[in-house]
Parts: sequence; structure tokens; C-alpha cells
Amino acid sequence: MLSLTDVSKGYASSEGGVTVLDGVSLSLAAGETLALTGESGSGKSTLLHLCAGLDAPDTGRIEIAGRPMGRSDAERAALRRSTVGLVFQQFNLIPSLDVAGNLAFQARLAGRHDPRWQADLVATLDLGPLLSRYPEELSGGQQQRVAIGRTLAARPALVLADEPTGNLDEASGDRVMALMLRLVAETGAALLMVTHSPRLAARLDRQVHLRGGRLT
Amino acid sequence: MTGPMFALSALLSHWARHKVQAALLLLGLALATALLTGVQAINAEARASYDRAASALSQDNLPRLVAERITVADYVALRRAGWPVSPVIEGEALIGGQTLRLIGIEPLTLPSGVAPDIGLAGDPTGFLTGEVILSAEALNDPRVRPAELPSGVALTDIGVAAGILGPEISYLLLTGDRPAPPGYALIHPATTDLSQLTESFHLNLAAFGYLAFGVGLFIVHSAIGLAFEQRRGMFRTLRALGLSARALTGLLLAELLVFALVAGAAGVLLGWLIAGALLPDVAATLRGLYGAEVGSGLTLRPVWWLSGLGIAVLGMLASAGQSLWRLGRLPVLAPAQSRAWGRESARAMRAQALAGAGLIGLGAALLAVRGLWAGFGVLAGLLLGGALMLPMLMAALTRAGQRLSRGTVAQWFWADTRQQLPGLSLALMALLLALAANIGVGTMVGSFRTSFTTWIDQRLAADLYVEAADEADATRLLAWLGNRAEALPMIRTTDGGTQIVGMVDHPLFRRAWPLLRALPDPWARLDAGDVFINEQLALRRGLAPGDRVEQGVIAGIYPDYGNPMPQVILSWDRHRALYPLPVLRYALITDIRAAEIRAAFPRVVVEDRAAIRKASVAVFERTFAVTAALNVLTLGVAALAMFASLLTLSSLRLPQVAPVWAMGLTRGRLAQLEFLRTLALAALICGLALPLGLALAWVLLAVVNVEAFGWRLPMLLFPGDWLRLGLLSLLAAGLAAALPVRWLARIAPAELLKVFAHER
Repeated sequence: MLSLTDVSKGYASSEGGVTVLDGVSLSLAAGETLALTGESGSGKSTLLHLCAGLDAPDTGRIEIAGRPMGRSDAERAALRRSTVGLVFQQFNLIPSLDVAGNLAFQARLAGRHDPRWQADLVATLDLGPLLSRYPEELSGGQQQRVAIGRTLAARPALVLADEPTGNLDEASGDRVMALMLRLVAETGAALLMVTHSPRLAARLDRQVHLRGGRLT
Repeated sequence: MTGPMFALSALLSHWARHKVQAALLLLGLALATALLTGVQAINAEARASYDRAASALSQDNLPRLVAERITVADYVALRRAGWPVSPVIEGEALIGGQTLRLIGIEPLTLPSGVAPDIGLAGDPTGFLTGEVILSAEALNDPRVRPAELPSGVALTDIGVAAGILGPEISYLLLTGDRPAPPGYALIHPATTDLSQLTESFHLNLAAFGYLAFGVGLFIVHSAIGLAFEQRRGMFRTLRALGLSARALTGLLLAELLVFALVAGAAGVLLGWLIAGALLPDVAATLRGLYGAEVGSGLTLRPVWWLSGLGIAVLGMLASAGQSLWRLGRLPVLAPAQSRAWGRESARAMRAQALAGAGLIGLGAALLAVRGLWAGFGVLAGLLLGGALMLPMLMAALTRAGQRLSRGTVAQWFWADTRQQLPGLSLALMALLLALAANIGVGTMVGSFRTSFTTWIDQRLAADLYVEAADEADATRLLAWLGNRAEALPMIRTTDGGTQIVGMVDHPLFRRAWPLLRALPDPWARLDAGDVFINEQLALRRGLAPGDRVEQGVIAGIYPDYGNPMPQVILSWDRHRALYPLPVLRYALITDIRAAEIRAAFPRVVVEDRAAIRKASVAVFERTFAVTAALNVLTLGVAALAMFASLLTLSSLRLPQVAPVWAMGLTRGRLAQLEFLRTLALAALICGLALPLGLALAWVLLAVVNVEAFGWRLPMLLFPGDWLRLGLLSLLAAGLAAALPVRWLARIAPAELLKVFAHER
């Protein structure tokens, strides 16, 4: 489902270039879940963003569902719409849309809106009473449930999650995590999750650790 | 460096990193100050000219004796008979290459306190015996000496004037309250107080100045709001490090004062340039419309510096008040991240809309009150009320747009637009005000122009209009014309502040003087001793046909556009009986060419219909040239306000835009949508500005003009102008959006990723 071959990425800084990822190779099969761990600044988020096509690698090759990640913004955006779902630590809901609008947004954008599936998601994630509320009116846990619902409503083949429970307390985080893993399994999507928590990482099929820009 | 100075340098470092924002802040305040001080400078210059005129020409207000012909012998006879009269010869003369109103006085008999301080006491012989002409103008004539006189006027001894204008006395000034001697008519000349007469014109200018000032302050408010929001983190840190809220507010106040003084100084200079550019048009308008002479030179006075800087400081404080108040209440541990700046709750928006409706209601109530200030109160209520109601209306429109849209992106587009309204509302209000003012003033001017040209075409019914220099010339001219032309005499005098016209009953004049309202058979009534009055007089005194004025019963009321004075028409015979003046002006029905008369009578002024029409229309166009210039400037300032707001919002919008980008909309597509959004907002504002502008036009035509000028005009609509203005505002909005949109289209993904990487 996801394949990274010899991917490198660096940034310019006032003290010269900084290499964040150095020849990273990785693969993830359909339906598989993988935890990506590492110290702060080790490049976890950068790797996730490259996988989502939010940024382009300096060198190396990334493929999603057998399709190579293009170099242009438009190509990467098209691949992202059709295949990838993103869950962020800060939830990043669209503040101008209510919960119902947020839930349907990505699925509609991808042309895969299925009202019945969305109703199932609303029931599973217990979002029924919140549908007409706006993000600013929700708690952190509620917002993250909406963000997960938004991602999975589009039935993406690959779910990329960046510290999805990082802003939640432990109990809420566990509940949200359980829901996400259950729904990912139901849809048969592959999951790549960045986390600091060994406890959460242990709940996934595999773990890889990033250190000094390389996978260990 | 002391602690507060360290804090101040930290605060000021923000501007070094945000130079465009600093430039916008300075530009907004400088423009706002410039337009207001410019208009005030024009008004002050004009008023100073009126004051000079009032002090220098007080003989204009003395009762005077007139007759068909007054010779020196007549004057001597009256003096010998004990009449306290003083002769004046007055007329237009070419002096030093410039046509001036030359007034020849007889200083020894002039009533005391009438002549200005022209140095008679110091050197009376110089004035009496020398060839001395006093004038404020710099003229290339050895006889001219500088004096504090109104622009366009020259004063000299009656002997010098007789040499230039001819020996015939124009009128005799009369001291004391006496009846006219036999053979003379006593006229109380127009007690024309120029400052009163022109008040409406200056009030119009001042209103535009304040409107532009308000629109400029929107830019300042926008830039200050952004700077405060961007520095929330810094404020929190400074507070946490021990700076008190009061000290922080004080430092920010000092920072704002520095900005205000710099922008104020630039604004005064800019205002002076604007005033200098507009003053010749204003002077020409005042001359054409009211006969008021205003010098076209402008000096940068110290008082302007003071008032300009004061305006800038006040404007800055008004714009920053909300931000400073918020800062004073900011808890030390307030969150540092930018929140949606200027976000207002739906409740606040509703309260604002209610206040707007209240203001409109108040304006409507003021319709029942008479007076120019009440008229401007209606305008202010309408404009401010409309502006305050705008955010709620826009919210409703964008909600409707979202409901009617089918696609996801379209629905998000409208929802996102609604979310941006609080941040954009000030700029949108500025645009609404500028557009409504444009539509309103444009409709008023257009209606006026159409009515005026139709009216003047009708009024100018004769082929030629001639004016002889004196009665002897007039007699010779009539003899020369013989039966080649029908000459209809025309005469007008001013008595007691009212123009009195004598009119012969002729089909030509019947055609040329259409009546708005009349008693049955009005022309026969005029012959029988009734009068016609102009619309101005009727509206000013609430008169209708059948009512009575000093001169008789009103048989009809006629339109008299462009004339600020009340006017009464009497039959020819009655006028001759009351005012035995020389008849010098005639309307000719003829096929003789103007050039032929000019060749035969060089001293006779001959004007054909086309020339008079052209001159009248030119006066009209000049009258509104300044208004048009201010209109364009106000629209420009509004476009700048929009640019400032869009620039402000663009950096605050990343958290809203980044998730949509992450879900698959490209930066290019997002930039397109941002551009479309600005155009859509501008188009919606145009749509809302139209009814507001038309309401404004109605108030201008039916209330303000009636109070200011005394004539009511039909309101005509000009959809072509609206379309042009709409396209212009779309262009302005597009230009305002170009830079922020380009920035979004080219933004590095790393910037967008910061939204997800918790680095913001």
C-alpha cells in the first residue's frame, strides 16, 4: 500500500543545510498498522508529511497503492484526495463548517460520499448530538472523534495519523484510539501512526523507530 | 538602556520585521489626515476670502440710489440739496492683463467706516491725485499698489475710474434712512453674506472630508488590530517578565503617538498638495455659482500643522482604542496564539445591526425636521446605519449561498467566507460607504445635469443676447438693428437680497419660462400686477401660487437652477416704474450673425445661445468636479482598506486553509478561490450599495439640495453608471486581492505544514 525507497529530505538553515531524513526505506501492506516512534525533531512528522504528499522528498521514491507520488502540487493533491486520509494532533477541523459539514467534506471532495457509511460512523463515534455544532464548541476528545470520522468517511486506502491522541488525556486518548483502530480494521485501510507513546505503539502490528534521520 | 526602553525596543522590533504593515498604517493615517486637512484648508481659504470681501467692500451693503442715467451734475445737485450721497463708478476693466471689478470711490464723501484701511489716512493725496489703483493681485501695471482687498477687485479714486470706465456714475451711496429723491430709485442691495450663501457648498466638502477620514481610519484600525494580535505572545511575555499592564499600555500609546505624528506630518503635506490641486476648481465653482471670489493661492499655515497633527493623533487613538482597551484587560496567562482577530459573536453582530437600524430610524425621523444640518443628519444616519447593518446582511447572504450551493468546495467557500466576515467587515463597510457615496452623488449629479441642460436649452430661446456698455450705445444698436431683429429688453436688479426681474410678455419668454405651479392664466395675471417667483424663494419661505410677497400676489413658480438667490419677476412696466434703470441688455430674435454686430459695435457684448449654454454647462461641470475628485479619492482609500484587511487576514488564515489543502485542494486552487471570494464579496457589496446609494441620492435631491440650493429635482436613474462603477469596484477588489492571493499561491508547503507541526 505504501512504499518508500531511499527517501531523503533536508532543510536550509542559517547554519547551512540540515538533513532530516537520510535514505529512509519503508513499506506498509494493505490492512497493516505501523507505529512510527522517535525523539522530538527526529523527522517523524516530516516523514508522515512526505507520505501524504504534503511535501516532496529531495531524493528517493514514494508510492501509494502502486502509484508513484508526483512532483507537482496538483499530482500529489490528486493522489491525496483519492487514497490518503490524515488525522492530526491538533485535529485541524475546518472551523467554518459544522460537524456534519466536516464529516462529509473529505468524502465529497474525493467523490466517495456514502450517506449510509457516514451514518454508521456518526453512530459508532457517538457524534449524533453534535452534528450541528461548530468545532469551537467541541471538547478536544469530541474534535478528534470528528477528525477520525472525517478521515474514514472517505474510505481512504491509507490513513496517516500524527500523534492523534497527543492533545487528549489518557482515558479519552484510549477511547479514541480504540475507535480508530476498530474503524481502520473495518475499512481495511493501512495505518501509519506517529506517536511518542510506547503503550500506543504496542497496540499496532509493527513499530519502527526513527533516529538521526534513519529508521532503526 | 532602561527596562521600559528595552520593552519599547522589543515592541518596535515588530515593525522592522513587518515593513509593509508599518507602511500601510502610516499610509492609511496619512491619507485620512490628508483628505480631511485638505478639505479644511480649502474651506478655510475660502472663508478667509469671504471675510476679506466682507471687511473690504462694506459699501456693497449700503443703500444706493439708482437711475437710468446719473451724471456728475446730478450728483452735485443732490449734494447741494443736502443729500448725503457719495458717487461710485463701477465696472469690469482690463488692468495689467487681467479683468477685474474696478470700483471708483470718492474718498472725501464716502461714509465713514465704509472704505477699508487702504492707507487713505497716511497718504490721501497719493490716492486722490496720483494714478493709484489698489489691488491684492500681482498685476503688471505701474499704477497698481498692493492692498488687502478681495481677489478679483481693484479700488481706485473715482477720477481714475472715470478715465477707464467712462464718466457716468453707476450709483450713489446714501447714508441714513431716507426715501429716494424724485427721479431715483432706492435699492437695498443684496445683503449677501457669502459665507452664509456658500455654507452648503462648504458643508458638502466637509462631509466628504469626514467620510474619507472615516474610511482611512478603517485601514489604520485594520493595521493596528493585526499588530496587536501578532504581538499577543510578546505582550504576555513582557507582562510575565514584570511589566505592568499600565506600563505596557503606556509604551504602546507612545509607539502609536510616534506613528501618529509621522503620519500626521505626511498627511498635512499631502493635504496641502491635494488642496492646492483642488482649489482652482473650487474657486471657479464659487465664482460661477455664487459670484464669490476666492484666491487660488494656498499657503501652508502653522495652524494647519497643529490641526493636522491633532487630527492624526485623534484618529489614531480612535482606531486603536478597542485594541488598547483589550490589552488593558488581558490576563497575564492569556493564550498567546493568534485567534481569529476581530471575531465577533453573533450576538455582537445582532446588536450592531440593531444599532444600525436605530440610526436609520433616527435618520428617517430627521426627515421631519427642516434645515441643512438635519439633511446631513439624515445622510449620516443612513450611511452609518447601513454600514453597521452590513455584517449581518452579509452573514445572511453567505448563509444563503452555502444553502444553495451543491458542491462541497462551493459550500466550504461560502461557509469560509462567512467566517472571515468579522475580520473583513470594516473594509467591507468602507467599500460600501465609498460605493454608496459614489452611486448617491453620481445619481444626484446626473439628475441635476439632465434637468439643468433641458432647462437651459429651454431658457435660452433667443438667437442672440446683447449687452451695451451704456445707454447711448444701446440706442445706437437698436437703431442699427432696425427691423432686422426683434429686440426684447431684459432687466434685473437686486433689492433687499432678492433679484427683481422685469419681463415683457412675449411668446418667446412664455416658452422659455415654464412654470412648475401656477394660478390659471398666469401671464395675464403678471401683466395685471401679479408676480412670478423662483422655486428657491417658494421653498425657502413655503410659498405657493396665490400667496403674497412684498411685490404682489404669486401667479406662478418657475425653476431657476444654478441661481442661489431668491428671484421675483414683475411685468416690464411695473419694473420700469419701480426701478428706472438704463436698459442695456436685449434678447434678439434675428438671423444676424454675432460677428456682424461685434464688428459694428466693438463695445457691445454679444453672446449666442451656444456660447452661453457652453459657459453655463462649464460652470455646472466645475461645480461637481471637486465632488467627483473626492469621490474617486474615497474609493481609492476604500480599495486600500480592503487591501490592508486582506493582507492582514492572509497571514491569520493559514490554520483555516491548511486542512483543506491537506485534504487535496492545491495551493493554486485555493488561491483561485480566495480571488473569487474577494470578487464575490465586492459584487455583493455593490449589490447592497445600490439601494443605499439610491436612498442617499433621494436624500440629496429631495432634502439636502432643497435646503442648500432651494430647488428640487426629479431623480433619474443611470444604470450604465452603476455598471461602470461595479466593474471598477471589482477591478479595485481584484487589485487589492492580487498580492495576498499571489502569496497564497506561492506559499511554501513548509509554511502550511507548521499548522500541523504545532510550531505556530
